Amino acid sequence: MADSPTTTARPIASIRARTLQLTPPRWVAFCRGAAPIVIGVALAVLLQFYANRWFGGYREKILIDIGINIILAVSLNIVNGYTGQFSIGHAGFMAVGAYTAGFIMYYGSFWLFGDTQFHGGILSATTDPRGLHGPGFSGGDLLFPAALIAGGLVAALFGFIVGLPSLRLRGDYLAIVTLGFGEIVRVVIETTGTVLAGDEIGGQPWYRLLNRVGGPMGFGGLPIYASSFWVWVCVAATVLAAYRIKASTMGRAFLAVRENEIAAASLGVPITRYKVRAFVIAAFFAGVAGGLFAHEIGNMLNAGELGFLKSFDIIIMVVLGGMGSISGAVVAAIVLTILPEALRSVSEFRMIAYALLLIVMMIARPQGLLGIHEMWDLPYFRRRRTGGKTA
Amino acid sequence: MALTLTGCDQQPQQPAVTGGSPVATPGEIVVGQYGSLTGSEATFGQTTDEGVRLAVEERNATGGIKGRKIKLVTYDDRSNAQEAGTVVTRLITQDKAVAILGEVASTRSIAGGRVAQQYGVPMVSPSSTNPTVTDIGDMIFRVCFIDPFQGTVMAKFSHENLKLTKVAVLYDKGQAYSTGLSNYFQQAFKEMGGTITAVETYKGGDPDFSAQLTTIRNSGAEAIYIPGYYNEVASIALQARKLGIPNSVPLMGGDGWESPKLAEIAGEAVEGCYFSNHYAPEDERAEVKEFIAKYKAKYNGVTPGALAASGYDAANILFDAMGRAPSLSGADLAKALAETKNFKAVTGLITINKSRNADKSAVVLQMKGGTPVYVATVEPPKK
Amino acid sequence: MTTFLQTLMDAISVGSLYALIALGYTMVYGVLRFINFAHGDVFMLGAWFSFWVTTKFGWAGEGAHPSIPRALTVMAIAMALCGLLGYLIERLAYRPLRFAPRLNVLITAIGVSLLLQNTGQLKYVFGTENQRMPTLLPATTLATVAGVNITLIDVIIVAGSLVLMGVLDRLVYRSRMGMAMRAVAFDPHTASLMGVNVNRTVSATFVAGSMLAAAAGFLYATKYPNLNQPAFSTWTLLGLKAFIAAVVGGIGNIRGAMVGGLLIGLIEQFGVAYSAPLSHGYITGEFKEIYVFALLILVLLVKPSGILGRLTVEKV
Repeated sequence: MADSPTTTARPIASIRARTLQLTPPRWVAFCRGAAPIVIGVALAVLLQFYANRWFGGYREKILIDIGINIILAVSLNIVNGYTGQFSIGHAGFMAVGAYTAGFIMYYGSFWLFGDTQFHGGILSATTDPRGLHGPGFSGGDLLFPAALIAGGLVAALFGFIVGLPSLRLRGDYLAIVTLGFGEIVRVVIETTGTVLAGDEIGGQPWYRLLNRVGGPMGFGGLPIYASSFWVWVCVAATVLAAYRIKASTMGRAFLAVRENEIAAASLGVPITRYKVRAFVIAAFFAGVAGGLFAHEIGNMLNAGELGFLKSFDIIIMVVLGGMGSISGAVVAAIVLTILPEALRSVSEFRMIAYALLLIVMMIARPQGLLGIHEMWDLPYFRRRRTGGKTA
Repeated sequence: MALTLTGCDQQPQQPAVTGGSPVATPGEIVVGQYGSLTGSEATFGQTTDEGVRLAVEERNATGGIKGRKIKLVTYDDRSNAQEAGTVVTRLITQDKAVAILGEVASTRSIAGGRVAQQYGVPMVSPSSTNPTVTDIGDMIFRVCFIDPFQGTVMAKFSHENLKLTKVAVLYDKGQAYSTGLSNYFQQAFKEMGGTITAVETYKGGDPDFSAQLTTIRNSGAEAIYIPGYYNEVASIALQARKLGIPNSVPLMGGDGWESPKLAEIAGEAVEGCYFSNHYAPEDERAEVKEFIAKYKAKYNGVTPGALAASGYDAANILFDAMGRAPSLSGADLAKALAETKNFKAVTGLITINKSRNADKSAVVLQMKGGTPVYVATVEPPKK
Repeated sequence: MTTFLQTLMDAISVGSLYALIALGYTMVYGVLRFINFAHGDVFMLGAWFSFWVTTKFGWAGEGAHPSIPRALTVMAIAMALCGLLGYLIERLAYRPLRFAPRLNVLITAIGVSLLLQNTGQLKYVFGTENQRMPTLLPATTLATVAGVNITLIDVIIVAGSLVLMGVLDRLVYRSRMGMAMRAVAFDPHTASLMGVNVNRTVSATFVAGSMLAAAAGFLYATKYPNLNQPAFSTWTLLGLKAFIAAVVGGIGNIRGAMVGGLLIGLIEQFGVAYSAPLSHGYITGEFKEIYVFALLILVLLVKPSGILGRLTVEKV
């Protein structure tokens, strides 16, 4: 908005002059804003080409698992951590996204490319020991992100529907509704029929195929697209979005709702609208994570594994990391993905050890690893940043 | 059987470690195994594991493969598909396994199989019967018969030997195995002129089947085909008899029934019932007797179930192929596995066919006094 | 008609089991305001302890012979063991978190649940094989009404559940301990000011809830003698349905749990029996779980506090 040259121009001009001194030039601000996503994409490209060479296939696969879990934990953190609502249906959103993306990639590949195989370029190819091959770019490279976004959007739609009851319900009751939602999604998917093979798809109208996603046997035959590149690009986007939301007006409103709903409402925060928004945003990213999960190497999409126990896994990450802390959720996702693998040496006592660690961690550090703080807020980092001059 | 023409190998003996093949520690050959040792389906994984371990121990006692001992590395996948993929990756890239044994459940075999295929390491599934498992690629094999064949076995038997015309079907919708068997049974039975009076479903772990059984009872079926696992079959049998379905209406099933637990739990309720299986435990063949004796000696006198026998066979067929293969590289090993012909396994004479599935005959057993007794043999279709 | 009566009978018998388990959820929620997700596993252990006790006494296999005193003994021991377990769980895992955020307690509950399942599954404990619960009650058919067999077991399940619920009802509404429980549920701080020993009351709640779960486990094992291994998905799902029963009836409300349990039993059993015939096969019995969850959401939307629950007014 342009300033009108009125009598008050002088004080305003002086304020503008002062703010201009404080705010960096536009291009610097733009670069700062874009930096995280540029760094994220660069890191993703690096991992795509070198993760296998540097860490080997096993660690690369664990890194992909970690990436997907980070997206899930950071997104659930928006509902459970920022807004203080209690969702136990996150795996339900994940399942919706996974099956939507899977449907698009499987049947969409058939309509676009004539078969249901892999049609990606080097960025979508999961690395294998014989080196990357195939074209640099292919149609599948566009279809896959489109499918991920579509999965996210459909999940967000469900997030909207699930968020609506928060108008009436609070706390545990809302949690139970989300649990019921997640279970309904699972059971509905489990009633569907078998996946059609390539030669059976031709001539079928698309709506007939909606019922053909494998049911309890899992969605078999999905092409493998979830390469390190796509996973880490999505991680970068999710973490960036979560961070920007936390710092925005919306994030402040979320936190206000969490701290005290009645006080927030009396200050003019439309609490239901913000709760629904939190659900929609979280569901979107859960849907994207589901899309990646569905196309991961060494996985078979199966609704039975996306029940409330999976939701619990994600909640554990959020609580362990510290409610509302993004870096905490990231750290917890990393720790809890590696932990069961690291415990392999105790073989049959592995899950017992995991359960015990969980209980002990909850008792020893109830506020989670980082509480509501971010990693860079910790005294250690702060001291380093200010050169040890903290008061 | 065009493949068997290449049975004669003219390739020169190559060193065990070739360019692209995984490197094993000198002296030992690493074979990986993954299975559901914990979680919901832990029984299946543990039983298979017992069979596999017996085979490895036995092979090592007789000198291993070409003088090298076998080192078995087993990982648990918690009955979870994502974890199955992770552990197979670990077996191949960290432990440098030259071949993989596993899984029972088809979903997890597919998850792990795709990894094995990508890394070019052969995988042998002991008992995943869903046809799509070996469709993954040329590295994936199995030593059990597939659903289409087993489904027709019981249709043929009930139509020709038992002269039945009206049969009801009750299957586990959550298991590819059960669904497949049920579909192929219905198809074959209808083609033979029989009627399917009712088709009902359940889900693994359901405790109560009275609603489905009431419908089946009212449909006037002469027999009920239940291609499920013994856990649920035992419950179904008990409840069917309680609901007044007499023992003169036999229950029929597939190799998922094979376990001493079935008779132990269901007792009288399964008396006179029929199921198709890989082998008859009272079979006089030397392989069977020897296997049962060894298994009982190793595992405190427990009679081995079909999954243990399949695990044992899968391992032995893999070792046999390793012995014949010029090198342990994935391609050579897969080629040797594909050439397996008339292997004298516990579960029958096994030939690996073009689609990397096992061709072998099935037997039909009847429960008599708590033990399955041999009734008939059904040969695989000639192709 | 036969189908209808048969379904009704199954529904009542299954529903009373749900109600028994639901009582544990509801009591703990009433007192501590948190969902004890490990309760379903206590129920599972109740069934497995019953099996273990019976075989230890040599009442399996050759020595099996149905008798009511034996059944009562087994049930009493299973209840005692689970009561002790409930006490230990509360003392060791939940009490240190009494004043922590509820999400933490929930996660501890999940941890306890995982711990119980995976310990039970060890081969030194119960193993991963299914086991047959030895027959303790005679499989007598008491009467046949319109083609439906009314068996002794079903009658005992319904009667046993009613008796146990009656006892609990008396305990909560007619005893000093019950008064303490209600006082703690109403306001723990004021209750402790009035001289109620909050810790002991909470322990008593856990013990009572776990004993009821054990009784349900025993009755369940007698009705469905094919016991699934401890980590099997059935147990989790049964626990979840009982929990839904508690919520539908009004969580924190003891009579509500009974109503909820029966309602869930009815919906589930009639859903299985009538879905396919009424929809000409378009909908199958698998939808039973959808009905249960849909009922849950419906009840929560229409009357969030459950059928018999009272809405608490939020204080600023």
